[in-house]
Amino acid sequence: MASEHIPAIDARFRLAYPGFSLDVDIKLPGRGVSALFGPSGSGKTTLLRCLAGLERTPDGYLALGGEIWQQGPAFVPTHRRPLGYVFQEASLFPHLSVRRNLEYGLRRIADGARRVSLDSAIELLGIGHLLERIPDRLSGGERQRVAIARALAVSPRILLMDEPLAALDLARKQEILPYLERLHDELEIPLVYVSHSPDEVARLADYMVLMEGGKAVASGPIHEMLTRLDLPLAHGDEAGVVIDTTVGEHDEIYHLTRLDFAGGGISVARQPYALEHHVRLRIPARDISLALERHGDSSILNVLPASVVEIADETPAHVMVRLDAGGVPLLARITRKSSALLGLKPGMAIFAQVKSVALLS
Amino acid sequence: MKQIQLFAPLLALTCAFSAYADEVSVAVAANFTTPMKTIAADFEKDTGHKAILAFGSTGKFYAQIKNGAPFQMLLAADDETPARLEKEGATVAGSRFTYAIGALVLWSAKPGFVDDKGAVLAKGDFEHLALANPKLAPYGAAAMETIAKMGLTDKLQARIVQGENIGQAYQFAATGNAELGFVALSQVMKDGKIGSGSAWIVPAAMHAPIRQDAAILANGKGNAAAEALMKYLRSAKATALIKSYGYTVE
Amino acid sequence: MLTDSDYSAIRLTLELAGLTTALLLVIGTPIAWWLARTRCWWKAPVSAVVTLPLVLPPTVLGFYLLVAMGPNGFLGQFSHALGLGNLPFTFPGLVFASVLYSMPFVVQPLQNAFNAIGDRPLEVAATLRASPLDTFFSVVVPLARPGFITAAILSFAHTVGEFGVVLMIGGNIEGKTRVVSVQIYNHVEAMEYAEAHWLAGGMLAFSFLVLLAVNFFNPQGKRVSP
Repeated sequence: MASEHIPAIDARFRLAYPGFSLDVDIKLPGRGVSALFGPSGSGKTTLLRCLAGLERTPDGYLALGGEIWQQGPAFVPTHRRPLGYVFQEASLFPHLSVRRNLEYGLRRIADGARRVSLDSAIELLGIGHLLERIPDRLSGGERQRVAIARALAVSPRILLMDEPLAALDLARKQEILPYLERLHDELEIPLVYVSHSPDEVARLADYMVLMEGGKAVASGPIHEMLTRLDLPLAHGDEAGVVIDTTVGEHDEIYHLTRLDFAGGGISVARQPYALEHHVRLRIPARDISLALERHGDSSILNVLPASVVEIADETPAHVMVRLDAGGVPLLARITRKSSALLGLKPGMAIFAQVKSVALLS
Repeated sequence: MKQIQLFAPLLALTCAFSAYADEVSVAVAANFTTPMKTIAADFEKDTGHKAILAFGSTGKFYAQIKNGAPFQMLLAADDETPARLEKEGATVAGSRFTYAIGALVLWSAKPGFVDDKGAVLAKGDFEHLALANPKLAPYGAAAMETIAKMGLTDKLQARIVQGENIGQAYQFAATGNAELGFVALSQVMKDGKIGSGSAWIVPAAMHAPIRQDAAILANGKGNAAAEALMKYLRSAKATALIKSYGYTVE
Repeated sequence: MLTDSDYSAIRLTLELAGLTTALLLVIGTPIAWWLARTRCWWKAPVSAVVTLPLVLPPTVLGFYLLVAMGPNGFLGQFSHALGLGNLPFTFPGLVFASVLYSMPFVVQPLQNAFNAIGDRPLEVAATLRASPLDTFFSVVVPLARPGFITAAILSFAHTVGEFGVVLMIGGNIEGKTRVVSVQIYNHVEAMEYAEAHWLAGGMLAFSFLVLLAVNFFNPQGKRVSP
């Protein structure tokens, strides 16, 4: 995956307010979802606003697919940038119906620039039944879906989303996430997504920029970022990897589905997907145990051959082991004692026993 | 108890003093403001009585007096208002007298603009002629009378701008917004002569006399200071002062 | 009952108030917008100047206008240079004075309305390809509608009730500068209390209805949904 991405967004911004500064130099891929991830106050939203031109840095640089939006004093104002932006609060125009909100941007672009039809945006977000309502009469989740469709309707060349789920409760988040996943799967354009939720990032992101104190401390494909032992993401109880798989086989006898990836196959309970369908999995580090041999006498079904890449101290009682399964990195969190008993060393061949996986889509 | 004892001598002193020196509150027509201030100061010095002055338009004073304003004396800008108040029983009968007769002047802030016959009015070489509202101010009525006598009413009607009182008419002319204005001689007189600009003192025969009458109001009945002030206004000292401001007296 | 002179004063007052309000909406809107958006240091002095007529006695404004609009004043020189002649004692002169006098009654409600809108709708519009001018007419004006209605009502009413300034620069000319408030004053001064009551009572009722209307168009509540 790492080699596939084309650096289509090239951005350098420097900004200083009293008590806050931003100093970033990043390149983001031209397809898929790039997450700007970090704690609040780390500058994610400011960076996104700089990308949109809502915040103007005195001396910055921004190019999208070779087209320069900002360079020194040259600055393309927001309303001339072919982008879509979804704010944390839906911010629908209260004086316009849902339909008029959707048409607001659409009317303001040239006919030739319309690549996304209003109907397809409405269909993608499932808001066909809301068109004649006014925003006050919508639920929070419905509003946010309308806002996303409104942003898509301008046929943007890049979609920027600022924590679109943060203002919603859990149920509303669950309502919207599937639509975001559809965007991920169906959009041809890059999507930059600000979030401080590891779960959202794990579900949606392909690429990740880790923000801290106004700086981009690390960036890379999500699989690498989640398993880099020099980063905080690969540590703690919640650490884990995400793996993109395809449906390889259905076992109708035992009612199982096998999901394939470069490192092997993982069987899960029967899924309703067709063969070749893409499924993203999350494997928590604490749910992988290690064995020197493949055991036939265990209840654990999913055992992947792998090799030890790196071992890092975790707590006085635990270590984090980074594995390589057919080129795909995995993380295993085991006790220091187990590590010593197995005599783990980098380069060692090992079997990773996967106790549980979470299907993200 | 202690406090009363403490204040008793003071109280006695105040009462004793007030037996000799009274206060009178006087409503004074605005055009008589400057002379009256001097007269009141002299009055206090000469008699020990104190005159508390309020300046304003006679029409307003009428409305206030009718509605219980605590004035004890009125120095009006006309003779009608005191007469009306007398008829309505709001004054001390028989106290009314003419303290000043106003003189009307056609004045311009521009030197040499007004000739000594008032021919500039007929020449018509101006855009606006300011005067006090004739319905409200005797000087305004006198101005209209003068214009009528000169046979210029129709000719000048469209150029007339009205101030609500003679003070405002003067303001219009002084700022040059109106090239000409009928104002009170007392307004442009300084040390016995016309202070600035050019003026024609309208002969008294051109209009009914602008009598300004004074009267003691019902509130001031038995007030020694009021009676003293009425007398003082007729004194040689006061009349000389009144005349120096361009008024005449009877 | 009302005389022809009273009717003429009423007609003139309505014309003056209508024209003043129309002009003020045109002039006051950009000023209010600038005041609501700018962060530059001379916002405060400009705001104070615009608000001055609110606290100044009308006679002060009237007096300075009389001096400034006179043949020797700077406004007078300017109006002469434009071929307008002298402004005092003319209807255009009253309109000019009324625009100054009623300015805060337009600028303040508009500025409040603009402030209440905040940055977000403007940013949303920008991300939807709307230029700043386009945004102003397609988003700001509809969202600030209660502010515009309040501004128009207050400006109209305040001009109708204007007295001191008109008295100072009007010259009490029937059909040109004698508005209702001056007419009432004339009636009172002339002790024509019956006539005064008709007009004054009418003004009282008018003012009450105006304030009722302002309350009606400005119900408490949120203007911008999240």
